[in-house]
Amino acid sequence: QDIRNTVGNIPMEWYEDFPHIGYNLEGKKIYKPIRNKDELDMFLEKMENPDYWRTVQDKMTGADVKLTDEQVELVHRLQRGQFGDIHFNPYEPSVDFFTHEVMIHPVTNRPADKRSFIPSLIEKEKVSKLVHAIKMGWIKPRKPKDETPTYYDLWAQEDPNSILGRHKMHVPAPKMKLPGHEESYNPPPEYLLSEEEKLAWEQQEPEERKLNFVPQQHRCLRAVPAYPRFIHERFERCLDLYLCPRQRKMRVNVDPEDLIPKLPKPRDLQPFPTTQALIYRGHSSLVRCLSVSPSGQWLVSGSDDGTVRFWEVCTARCMKTLPVGGVVKSIAWNPNPTICLVAIAVEQSVLLVNPCLGDKLLYGATDQVLESYVAPEEERIQPVQWVRAPPEEQSRGIRLVVQHSKPVKQVTWHGRGDYFASVVSDHSNTQVLIHQSSKRWSQNPFRKSRGLVQCVLFHPIRPFFLVATQRHVRIYNLLKQELTKKLMANCKWVSSMAIHPGGDNIICGSYDSKLAWFDLDLSTRPYQMLRGTHHGLAAETQSSALLPLLPPSDLLQNPLLVPVKVLKGHALTLDLGVLDIVFHPTQPWVFSSGADGTVRLYT
Amino acid sequence: LRRLCILKGIYPHEPKHKKKVNKGSTAPRTFYLLKDIKFLLHEPIVNKFREYKVFVRKLRKAYGKSEWSTVDRLKDNKPTYKLDHIVKERYPTFIDALRDLDDALSMCFLFSTFPRTGKCHVQTIQLCRRLALEFLNYIIASRSLRKVFLSIKGIYYQAEVLGQTVTWITPYTFAHDHPTDVDYRVMATFTEFYTTLLGFVNFRLYQSLNLLYPPKLEVQADAELKPAEGKEYAMDSESYLEKLSALSASLARVVPPTHEDEVEIDEFPVEGEVAEQMDERKKEQEALEKHKKLFEGLRFFLNREVPREPLAFVIRCFGGQVSWDKSLCIGATYDVTDPSITHQIVDRPRVQQQVVGRYYLQPQWVFDSVNAKLCLPVADYFPGVLLPPHLSPFVTEQEGDYIPPEKLKLLAMQRGENPGTTLGTVVSGLGEESEEEEEEEEEEEDDNDKEEEEEDESEKEEEMKLKKMEEQKTQSNKVQVWAGKLRLEDKERLEQEQQSEEKRLAIMMMKKREKYLYKKIMFGKKRKVREANKLAAKRKAHDSAVKEEKKKSK
Repeated sequence: QDIRNTVGNIPMEWYEDFPHIGYNLEGKKIYKPIRNKDELDMFLEKMENPDYWRTVQDKMTGADVKLTDEQVELVHRLQRGQFGDIHFNPYEPSVDFFTHEVMIHPVTNRPADKRSFIPSLIEKEKVSKLVHAIKMGWIKPRKPKDETPTYYDLWAQEDPNSILGRHKMHVPAPKMKLPGHEESYNPPPEYLLSEEEKLAWEQQEPEERKLNFVPQQHRCLRAVPAYPRFIHERFERCLDLYLCPRQRKMRVNVDPEDLIPKLPKPRDLQPFPTTQALIYRGHSSLVRCLSVSPSGQWLVSGSDDGTVRFWEVCTARCMKTLPVGGVVKSIAWNPNPTICLVAIAVEQSVLLVNPCLGDKLLYGATDQVLESYVAPEEERIQPVQWVRAPPEEQSRGIRLVVQHSKPVKQVTWHGRGDYFASVVSDHSNTQVLIHQSSKRWSQNPFRKSRGLVQCVLFHPIRPFFLVATQRHVRIYNLLKQELTKKLMANCKWVSSMAIHPGGDNIICGSYDSKLAWFDLDLSTRPYQMLRGTHHGLAAETQSSALLPLLPPSDLLQNPLLVPVKVLKGHALTLDLGVLDIVFHPTQPWVFSSGADGTVRLYT
Repeated sequence: LRRLCILKGIYPHEPKHKKKVNKGSTAPRTFYLLKDIKFLLHEPIVNKFREYKVFVRKLRKAYGKSEWSTVDRLKDNKPTYKLDHIVKERYPTFIDALRDLDDALSMCFLFSTFPRTGKCHVQTIQLCRRLALEFLNYIIASRSLRKVFLSIKGIYYQAEVLGQTVTWITPYTFAHDHPTDVDYRVMATFTEFYTTLLGFVNFRLYQSLNLLYPPKLEVQADAELKPAEGKEYAMDSESYLEKLSALSASLARVVPPTHEDEVEIDEFPVEGEVAEQMDERKKEQEALEKHKKLFEGLRFFLNREVPREPLAFVIRCFGGQVSWDKSLCIGATYDVTDPSITHQIVDRPRVQQQVVGRYYLQPQWVFDSVNAKLCLPVADYFPGVLLPPHLSPFVTEQEGDYIPPEKLKLLAMQRGENPGTTLGTVVSGLGEESEEEEEEEEEEEDDNDKEEEEEDESEKEEEMKLKKMEEQKTQSNKVQVWAGKLRLEDKERLEQEQQSEEKRLAIMMMKKREKYLYKKIMFGKKRKVREANKLAAKRKAHDSAVKEEKKKSK
């Protein structure tokens, strides 16, 4: 075959992008034959040219070549797996190079080598190596195959007592959860997910999903497809089995009813106020404070509208209105029944008011006591100024004015009725002052400030003085003039404090709606904490409301705090509900004052 | 370590102080007990594993050098290990092993459906298949299957083997699309252990029933006479497994079965509660026996579109006889044309040629009957009929849970018609059957009528009430009575209110911890109720929708 193209045996695709296809012997380019046939022409040619099937393209020259009959025959033969040459006979009888018949003469007459009849050194070396290896134990004899059956009675002699210690501690793997109705191939229709549920299911994280599949309904068993996550689930189970820490969890199996503490029935604890009996209307702004006269006949209330009103308890009549010209922060009726005096904290002063109600002898005597004051010879330095009220105010009932340097927050009487204490909103050591009304004499009991004082109280029986700061309640002995106890209230900010008439139990309310109950005989920590459902100021209401409900302290029995009734009545105004709450001294009645400008009586 | 942990059943431990153990960091790590790891170190199988590793390395080297004689020698000396002692150690008693059989069975059934190529060794798959079949055959022989459930994941079976409930799941027989994020080596290790366990368990179980192990079929002697039959389907070596998988023949016993099973329990004269307990137990026993013989005397024929293996297994477990098309699988015992066939299982909407004298049923009937412990009425399961929902037998409703109405119906049926129906349907002849069907249809119609009547009645009642109200309004005398009633209600309500208030106050006085617990419990309860209500509402909506559609179509 003459080689016209000199490119050699290379992939012809390299010339695809060129107009030529190679070079001839003279080094001139061989151009590709012009091919301007499109698909249609090709098709027409295919249809019309009878030799189309035997036309092939020569890759080297790019020209079409028509195969001759012999060439076609050759192709057919090769395709059939036959030899290309027709004349080649693959089944010719074979002629042995050496015949199988034994001749009398040898083919070669060479004498045998010496090495063919002396033992081979190489073999000897190999054998000796093997022998050495066997001697040294490097080569082991072939082990006989284990003939024991693969399965036998493994638990033939089981001894339940021979359990290893480890297996006593062993936590068996929990079984898989059994499927519910929703996993059925044909579940009841209510278990199928609706559109929204399906959407929600898809949006959940795979770990959060309650079901790890979407319930589906199939008309018949034939239509049920394979579950695509089957292998996944088995694999996850395997992982759980060997990677999950196991723990015995004690399941609390309690009847929730048993958890509720058994309290005495409120019905057995009667009397206590249950219904709203009277409403005292008159104030135009929120009523901040309340106080009841020791006889229980009169009620006094101070309001933000700058007035103090005196009410008769039984009739809800306003007996007297006393304008004081400022917001009334605190009010306290003298607990001594022989003295008819009310202390009112207004702005920077404390007013001592004789309400002139009730027995004329009584309030006359009170006036006399106040008048009998004789100024001492030498003027003592006092932290406050005692001023007699001017005559026009005298006629309205105001007897004395104790002027402080700062606004007064709270005022409270000692049980005897002579001393009273006032709290000033200040950060210095002059926050708390104790005054003696008969001698018009005040003193500052503390040398040092111990934090912001919230409220103070006199102990009803013993000479103790209780001071509540933000976190603590301090109890001072007034006689010995020392700190006796410091109670931790365990709350953020104490708002109010009350003490049982017996003097052993203290209750502290706080702005974070907690209630701490201390027993003075026990520790300085709260005996019990209560979480109120109300907020802020409401806790104060609870504190005093619950206090007298302590059952008569039985020494054999632990005292118990029993909530007996929720009283509702006041409407919310300015996000404030009940502002103060006071018990009637003799009857099981409760007065409450609210932000809606009313005072209510519950009996 | 992973492999050892799997084989020995060691699981990690959650430390009490995570920070302390983890040197201050709280990153998630797995912690094992030191004791456990020491225990693993003493395991003799560790050395075997090392040997095996060395073997693999040597083999790879020999292959690399293409030293074929070395390869042969190495392969000949391939180290093997046995897990017998581990099985014995992990399950000191046979009962322990049975208790943990769930996962083993599920895994073996899954592996037995794997294709023979790739993923895992062919031997493992074959072994799994064999063991699974052996177990199935044991279940048939001991008739210990209790519950079956067709779920969308696969078929759940529950059997009671020697007093232990064993539950396993088999996938539907389709090709798996093998997920890529699954570590097959872990699964293979598990399977390795599980096959060993299942083999020993099977051996013991067969022994307990006086059966030969490995199982031999009773008919095998006959089969040997005409071996040509078997060769149509498979090679000689495979035919054994195939026949076993046919599940149609009973197994050969070591001791030919004698009728000593029916020894009745000796009755001692006992008094009082013990007697009652005994009675109850006896009743339960009887019910169980009846359940076991549910399909006794029935002859089933499975059409070729029905999944053969699960159905044959279930039917044989309850004493029925099964056959299928000869070309479908080996072991068919009788033909479609056999006149003694009572039930034919069909899963197509229509049956071409119906033979008189047999029920044509959908496969769900078999499963539902098994779960209901009685042969259900066949009318709901005819081919082409909209099937009733398939309920899970594993759910036992507690108080306050939602119970689907179908379940209620079923429970009523179990209570009311339990005696009689099971055998009644079996005995009933041809004529009666058709009559029964008619009756049932009539009954259905009656039901519909009744419902409508009830509706009418309720409407009437409402009308009556309205009338009465009007009368009351007109008559001034009766107003007082009305008022009195109201007061009575008020009293009750007041009392309730008071009680609830007391409770609320008492809750206020609870300790913090107890309160937390109480709130949690109450929350859980409320959620449960809410879910039940939701389901009930859904059902109601669905029912009303269906009713409306019916009315429209009418």
